[in-house]
Amino acid sequence: MKKYAIIGVLVIVIGVALWLYLGPKILAPISESSRLAKELHLFIWEEYLDPQVKADFEKEFDVKIIEDNYGSNEELLAKLQAGGSGYDVIVPSDYTVRMMSRQNLLAELNLKNIPNLTHIGEKFKNLEFDPKNQYSVPYMWGTTGIGYNKKTVGEAPTSWASLFDPAKLEPYKGRLSMLNDARECIGAALLYLGFSPNTTDSAQLEAAKQVLLKQKEYVAKFDSESFEDSLASNEMFLAQGWSGEITIAQGANADIGFVIPQEGSLIFLDNLAIPKSSKNQYTAEIFINYLLKPEVSAKIVNTRLYASPNETARTLIKPDILNGPSYTMPAGVRLYWLEDVGSAADLYEKIWLEVKGQ
Amino acid sequence: MEGKKARDPWVLLLLPSLVWLGLFFFVPLVIILVISVLQRGEAGVVHWQLDFSAYARLFETANVRAILRSMLIAAVTTGFCLLVGYPLAYYIARRSSRWRQWLHFLVLLPLWTNSIVLMYAWIILLRHEGIFENILAFFGWANAGTILYTPAAIVIGLSYWYLPFMVYPIYNSVEKFDFTLMEAAHDLGATRFQAFHKILLPLTMPGVIAGTLLVFISSLGTFVVPFMLGGDKTLMFGNLIQQRFLSIPQDWPLGAALSVIMLVLISSGIGYYLKITKRHA
Amino acid sequence: MSNNFSKKRTQIKYEQRRPALWDRLLDPLLSINAWLTYLFLYLPIAILIMFSFSASSFSTVWGGFSVEWYIKLFHDAEIAAALRNTLIVASVSTLMATLIGTMAALAITKFRFRGQNMIEATLNLPIILPDIVQGISLLILFALILNISRGLGTIIIAHVVFNIAYVAIIVGARLRGFDRSLEEASMDLGATPWQTFWKITFPLIWPGILSAALLAFTLSLDEFVITFFVTGPGATTLPIEIYSLIKRGVTPEINALTTLMLLVSILLVSLSILLQRRRLS
Repeated sequence: MKKYAIIGVLVIVIGVALWLYLGPKILAPISESSRLAKELHLFIWEEYLDPQVKADFEKEFDVKIIEDNYGSNEELLAKLQAGGSGYDVIVPSDYTVRMMSRQNLLAELNLKNIPNLTHIGEKFKNLEFDPKNQYSVPYMWGTTGIGYNKKTVGEAPTSWASLFDPAKLEPYKGRLSMLNDARECIGAALLYLGFSPNTTDSAQLEAAKQVLLKQKEYVAKFDSESFEDSLASNEMFLAQGWSGEITIAQGANADIGFVIPQEGSLIFLDNLAIPKSSKNQYTAEIFINYLLKPEVSAKIVNTRLYASPNETARTLIKPDILNGPSYTMPAGVRLYWLEDVGSAADLYEKIWLEVKGQ
Repeated sequence: MEGKKARDPWVLLLLPSLVWLGLFFFVPLVIILVISVLQRGEAGVVHWQLDFSAYARLFETANVRAILRSMLIAAVTTGFCLLVGYPLAYYIARRSSRWRQWLHFLVLLPLWTNSIVLMYAWIILLRHEGIFENILAFFGWANAGTILYTPAAIVIGLSYWYLPFMVYPIYNSVEKFDFTLMEAAHDLGATRFQAFHKILLPLTMPGVIAGTLLVFISSLGTFVVPFMLGGDKTLMFGNLIQQRFLSIPQDWPLGAALSVIMLVLISSGIGYYLKITKRHA
Repeated sequence: MSNNFSKKRTQIKYEQRRPALWDRLLDPLLSINAWLTYLFLYLPIAILIMFSFSASSFSTVWGGFSVEWYIKLFHDAEIAAALRNTLIVASVSTLMATLIGTMAALAITKFRFRGQNMIEATLNLPIILPDIVQGISLLILFALILNISRGLGTIIIAHVVFNIAYVAIIVGARLRGFDRSLEEASMDLGATPWQTFWKITFPLIWPGILSAALLAFTLSLDEFVITFFVTGPGATTLPIEIYSLIKRGVTPEINALTTLMLLVSILLVSLSILLQRRRLS
C-alpha cells in the first residue's frame, strides 16, 4: 500500500513545486487606466509573425502580446462564432473576412489610427470582400500553385494537367499532396477544365467532381499544413501549395520548384482584423498600424518569406525573395480571387464530401 | 446496520457529482439535441425554428458511408487489440511477480507520452523516405510503397493508441483468476483450449467486455488519427462531425444530428453487447 | 479421455505436462506475441528518443549527436507556459474529480436506493460519449449560453467531467471487492460510521483511490480534443502546443520534452516498485 502513497506524495510534491516555481496568474487583469492596454491578445496563423517584431513592439509600446495560433480559417471562424473569444487581433483570409463581417463578428476599424494604410499597394485595397477596408487591413498575400521536386519530376509542370491527368500522374502515384480545402481543390479542377473557380454552374461542377474522383487514387494526402515539409523531405514529389510555404521549402531543399499553371490560379490575401468582442480596440489598431510600417513589413517578409502588399516596403526586401515564388506573378496568367458562390456553396461541399468519402 | 437513515448520507455524497455532470455534461447534451432540430441558418449558425431536415440530410449516402466505414475500422481495431492484447495480458499474468509488475507497467507507459507526438513518430516510420522504407530498401525491396495515408495506417494508429486500454482491464481480470482451476480442469482431462474456453474466458469476461467497449467506442469517435495518419483521405464519423461544425460552409444542425445518432448507436450497441455477453458470465 | 487421478499432481505445474503439438506451440507463441507487441509499442518511442538527440532540425534526417534541443527546451518560454498550464489543469482537475468521484462511488456501493442502477449508468456516460461531441457541446454551453470567457477554468471544468466517471468506476470496483464484514465488525464494536470509514474502509481502499487519481492525472495530461474546443487566450496546454508545432514539422524540442516526461514517470514507478519489494523482503 505504501508504494501508492509514495507515488501520490511524489506526484503532489512535484506538481506543487512546479506550479509555484513556474508562477501562477491564470487570469491576468487588464488595466483600464492607460489608453493602451497592458496586454494584447493575438490570434494568428502559426509562424506568421516574426518574434523579433513582436519583441520590438512590446518594447516600444510597453504592451505585452499574448499569441495563440490556429491552423485554418475554419478554426478561427468557429472560435469567434462561439462568442466572446477574448482575442483582440485576428488574421482572417479574404473570404473569411466576408463571412465574419456578414455575421457581425468584426469591429469597424477607426482608420485614423492606421495611417500606415497608405503604404499598401492600391490593388490590395478596397477589394470585393471588404470594399472600404471597414473591417480589415491587408497583411500578407500569396498564390496557389504547384510545388515540385526538380530532380524527380521529369519536366517542369506548366499546367494543372500535371496534377490531374492520370497519364502524367502515373509515375508519381502516392507522391502527390493536395490542399485540404474544398475551394482550392475544386477550383484547381475547374481551372484545369477551363472553367472559373467561382462558377455556380452545376454541370461544370459535376465535371470537376469527376476529375477529382479520378485523381484520388494518385493522391497521398490532403494537407494544408505541412505540405512544404513533405516536399522538402522528398516524401512528396508534387504538391498543390501556397507560394509562401513553398519558398520556405526551397530554403530547406534547393531542388524544390514552384510554378503557377497557365490556366490560372488563385490569389489570396490574409488580413488583420479586430473581433467585435475585443475590449482593446485602440491598442489593437496601434499594433496593426505598427505592422504596416514599411520597415516592419519588410522585416516580416525577410524572415517569414511570405509576400507583403506593402509597396513602400519593396525596397527593403531581399531581392531573392522578390524574385522567388512568394512574389511570382507570371505575365498572361490570370489570378482569381475566391468569390462568394452563394447557395452553390452546398454543392461544393457535397462534392468535397463525395471525394473524401470515396 | 446500514440503510437505517441511509437517505441523508448518500444524497450528500452523490450531490456534487450529479450537479457537476448535470450542468457540464447533460445540459450540453440537451443543447446538442435541441440544435439538431433547429433550422440551419446563414453560414451554418442556427435559427430558432423547429426543423427536422438535419436528420434527412444525415441519411445522404456520403454520410452513411462514412458512418459504416467508421464502424468497420473501429471493429477491425478492436479485433486486433483483442487478439493481441488478451494473450499479452495472459502472458504477463503468468510471469513471476517480479516480472509482472514491470511488464504491466511497460504496457501502460506509452500512455504517459503525448499521443500526438507518437502519431507523428508513426508518420516518420511509415512515410516515403521513412525508416521502414529504408529498411525494406536495404533488403532489396525498394519502392514497395507505403501504407501511410491508407485505412490500414489508421487501424495501426488506433490500435497503438488504444492497446493499453484493452490490456489494462483484461489484465485486471486475469490477475484475479485462480489458475488452480485450470489445473483441475486438466486433471479432469480437458485440453488447454477447452479449459480456456469453458473456464478462463468466462471468468475473465468482465475485463474483455470493458476492454472491447472502451476500444471500440474510442475508435468510433476518433478524428485526429484519420486526419494525420490517414492523410485526411478517409472520412470517418468523428471527422464528419468536426467538419459539419467547423468547415465552411457549416451545418450545425447536421453536426448535432450526427452527434445524437452517434450517441444512440453507441448506447444501443452497448446494451445489446452486454445482453449477449451476460450469457457467458 | 484417460483418467489421471492416480498420478501425482502436486509438483507438476500446469504448463509442464506432456502436451500435444498445439499445447507445445502455445507458450512460445505467447512469448513471441508478447515481445512483438512490446516492439510495436516501443518502436515509435525509440524513434522519438533517438531523434531528440539529432542535430538536424528535421525529424527525418539524422544529423549527428547533439543535446542542443534539450538546452533549447529549457529556454523555450512557450513550452514552459504550456507545461505549466497542463500541470495546473491536471492537478486541480484530478484533485476535484478524485474527491467528487470517490464520494459518488461510496454512495453507489454502500447504500441502497431507488434508481441506483440508473445513476450508476449515468456516472459512466462521460466515458462513452466521444470527446468531439463533448468538446463541441461544452464550447456551445460556455460561449453561447453562459457567455463566460474561456481559459484554464473552463478546461479544468471539462476535465473534471470525464475524470469523475473514471474515478467513480475504479474506486467503485475497489469498494465492491471489499470485505464488508470488517466494517460490520467495527460498527458492532461501537464505532460510528464516520470512524469506521476513516479507520477501516479508507486505508483499505486508499490504493484504489490513488490509482484512480493517477489515471485521471494521466488522462488530463494528454487530453487534446475537448481541451482544443474549450480553451481560450493564453490558456494553451501542452497537447495543443505540441499539435500546432508538429504541423510545422518542428519536433526535436518536443522529442526532448517527451523523452524527459517518460524518464520522470519511469523513475517514479521504478522507485515505488523497488521500495515495495524492499519492504516485502
